Amino acid sequence: MNNSHEVTLENHVHRDDVGARMGMWLFLFTEVLLFGGMFLVYAVYRFQNQEQFKLAALELNTGIGTLNTIILLTSSLTVALSIAAIQNKNKFLSIVFLNSTLLLALMFMVNKYFEWSTKFAHGIYPGSKELLEKPNGQILFYGLYYVMTGLHGLHVLIGMIILYIIKRQIKKDIITPDKYVKLENSGLYWHLVDLIWIFLFPLFYLIQ
Amino acid sequence: MEHTKKHPGYTTYILVWLALLVFTSITVTIAGIDLGKYTLLIAMFIAAIKSALVINIFMHIKFEEKIFKVFIFLSGMTLLIIFILTFSDFLFR
Amino acid sequence: MANTIAENYLHQSTNKYKGILSWLLTTDHKKIGLLYFVSILFFFLVGAIIGLLMRLELIAPGRTIMGPQTYNTLFTLHGVIMIFLFIVPGLPAIFGNFFLPIQIGARDVAFPRLNLLSWYVYMVGAILALVSLFLPGGPIDTGWTFYIPYSIRTNTNVSLAIFAAFVLGFSSILTGINFITTVHRLRAPGMTFFKMPLFVWATYATAWIQIIATPVIGITILLVIIERAFGVGIFDPALGGDPILYQHLFWIYSHPAVYIMILPAMGVVSEIIPTFSRRTIFGYKAIAMSSLAIAFIGYLVWAHHMFTSGMSDTARWVFSLLTFIVALPSGVKIFNWVATMYKGSIDPQPPFLWVMSFIFLFSIGGLTGLVLGSLATDIHVHDTYFVVAHFHYVMFGGTGTIFFGALHYWFPKMFGKMYNIKLSKIAVALFFIGFNMLYFPKFILGYMGMPRRYYDYLPQFEPLQKVSTVGSWILVGTIFFIVGYFIHALIKGKKATSNPWGGVTLEWHIPSPPIQENFEVIPTITHKPYDFSQLKEMKNE
Repeated sequence: MNNSHEVTLENHVHRDDVGARMGMWLFLFTEVLLFGGMFLVYAVYRFQNQEQFKLAALELNTGIGTLNTIILLTSSLTVALSIAAIQNKNKFLSIVFLNSTLLLALMFMVNKYFEWSTKFAHGIYPGSKELLEKPNGQILFYGLYYVMTGLHGLHVLIGMIILYIIKRQIKKDIITPDKYVKLENSGLYWHLVDLIWIFLFPLFYLIQ
Repeated sequence: MEHTKKHPGYTTYILVWLALLVFTSITVTIAGIDLGKYTLLIAMFIAAIKSALVINIFMHIKFEEKIFKVFIFLSGMTLLIIFILTFSDFLFR
Repeated sequence: MANTIAENYLHQSTNKYKGILSWLLTTDHKKIGLLYFVSILFFFLVGAIIGLLMRLELIAPGRTIMGPQTYNTLFTLHGVIMIFLFIVPGLPAIFGNFFLPIQIGARDVAFPRLNLLSWYVYMVGAILALVSLFLPGGPIDTGWTFYIPYSIRTNTNVSLAIFAAFVLGFSSILTGINFITTVHRLRAPGMTFFKMPLFVWATYATAWIQIIATPVIGITILLVIIERAFGVGIFDPALGGDPILYQHLFWIYSHPAVYIMILPAMGVVSEIIPTFSRRTIFGYKAIAMSSLAIAFIGYLVWAHHMFTSGMSDTARWVFSLLTFIVALPSGVKIFNWVATMYKGSIDPQPPFLWVMSFIFLFSIGGLTGLVLGSLATDIHVHDTYFVVAHFHYVMFGGTGTIFFGALHYWFPKMFGKMYNIKLSKIAVALFFIGFNMLYFPKFILGYMGMPRRYYDYLPQFEPLQKVSTVGSWILVGTIFFIVGYFIHALIKGKKATSNPWGGVTLEWHIPSPPIQENFEVIPTITHKPYDFSQLKEMKNE
């Protein structure tokens, strides 16, 4: 070792917000690839069963789909606003925006619940007799529909739990205007959930 | 360790949100028109624009260090290549 | 560097606890590396014993020591354990964890707690895999590839076993995130990308594959579990699903995974060769870039596992072509290593001998890979012992050999103790003999038509099968011999100096074993990584 520079206390109590966000982004790539594999399955089966996919999609409620799209986009906005609020040192507003995100997320899940239960009531669910009587392409469409929106819904739930914890931490001043990278990273996760929906929506609800 | 570039304020976010809503209504409207095989193409194109808005503004990539953009580009390309190579099988069966 | 014993990381705690909890709750990357070391070594020995039992069954045609169902289970377990529990995490999680931060002049990885979490996730995955063996239904018997439709129809505990693989993948991802962030954010002043040691480059490239490829197996496994639970039809031909699509998804991860296994090994080789040749590495940038190239191209060749599955002809020639291209960056590495030794002052210490063994075995493995990569010959030897021999030469002869090579190279640094050089030279020779006796006959058997995974075989295969089984005794015996002299070294070994081999990368500048946060003062890097003119200055320190 030739030269060496002085170690400041900073090196020991290491904090690196850019590094933390980089780690989060790397994690998001894994999520993108996870759903990417799913989209690949979708692409192959849609390519093989184009007509049946269109017929099957007629059963889906475009209205609910559009509503949920708007809800998720808005919830993305409120998360972004929550970060802007904490940057402006407005703790109260930041919590208000996070609460709206949680509320919107809940609305999304309630809509999803009604959508799924209507399908179940019509006897359309994996392995049901009515579904098995349909042509293979439609069985695949509904299989993919349940798996992909289900997996997405699971991510919404996880996102809600994370955002709730973050909200508590803002309240308790664990996350402060000087140290809010956790809020940013949870926001990134939430935006990713939104991003995936941006693609799921036209692929399932808008193919007639 | 602080952010090197300034973040956008409330107004920018709301404008982006409005743009996203406009694109959503466009894509829903277009889906009602029969464009044959272009339907999917257009829908995916609009979805791509929407994601670009979310990634750049909501997710702050526009204001992040350059290496983040490189990462996103490479991951996206990899996913695209997987699709192309898989379809080298299914397109020519 | 006085009072090294007091500051030795092995005797320090990163938390308020002493004893076992100071290990189980540590955030020190070196201790986490050792936690991984102990667990991975354990599973490696279990896998090796399972392999030994399989070979024993095959010593004669017909039933020898077990029934066919047990045999099916054992080859599945051997594959699952060796791949998911040993060779994928092996080099990155042990040596990457321990040496990557040191080699770039950092005090720890970027996310130390996440690093500890990844070990726990690994252990949870391992325990789930073990639990699946003893639940009703019986241990998984699908082969480690879990191919559809059998994996959906069999009544064995497939779901739990593959969920274990899912969990293990998560651990692998966490390690990858940590390494990439560490390399980008925590390099010491002056440590530019092109001053990083080649092991760091290789681990960095590996980390990218871990992040970009692992999620694909994650979703594939989830789909199989969902399929088994709900019968959605996604891979079920009766409902329109396509089993070949499953194979695509499976290999989109599992082929790049091969490069997760081999790249760090290549990185270690690039460390050992310059040290024992006393010469800077030949073609530093070419080797660094070839790691990235292998990571990238290795991502695009997965369907060469599926030439006989019924893919389109277009896909077959495309993937065959891409497969041949991946041989180029691998060749770049081999030639650069050999060129490094040219006119070097070679010191044949044990780590160097392991590397020689690696180059020989890996070259055989790589070249037979070309036989499998070309369409016409692949159809002849597909799913025969030829394939088994090929990937054991690459995985075990490549990564497995370097696992031991890295251990012999870095053991003095990790534990501050020196092992018996003479015994270890004997071990390399025995390993080499046992290895070739075990696996080389399989090339011939495969060429003659012996299919893989078969419980029984025709009488004319018996002589070579016997040779192979005897080889397995030598090989496994040698492995236990190696473990034995390392344990002896730990207890009674002589104290190792800070630089027993005359290496110049950063880990040789610090005491053996390293101190708690690696460096008293973070160094400023002025030299290139393999600049041996530093040796004189280092001796004066």
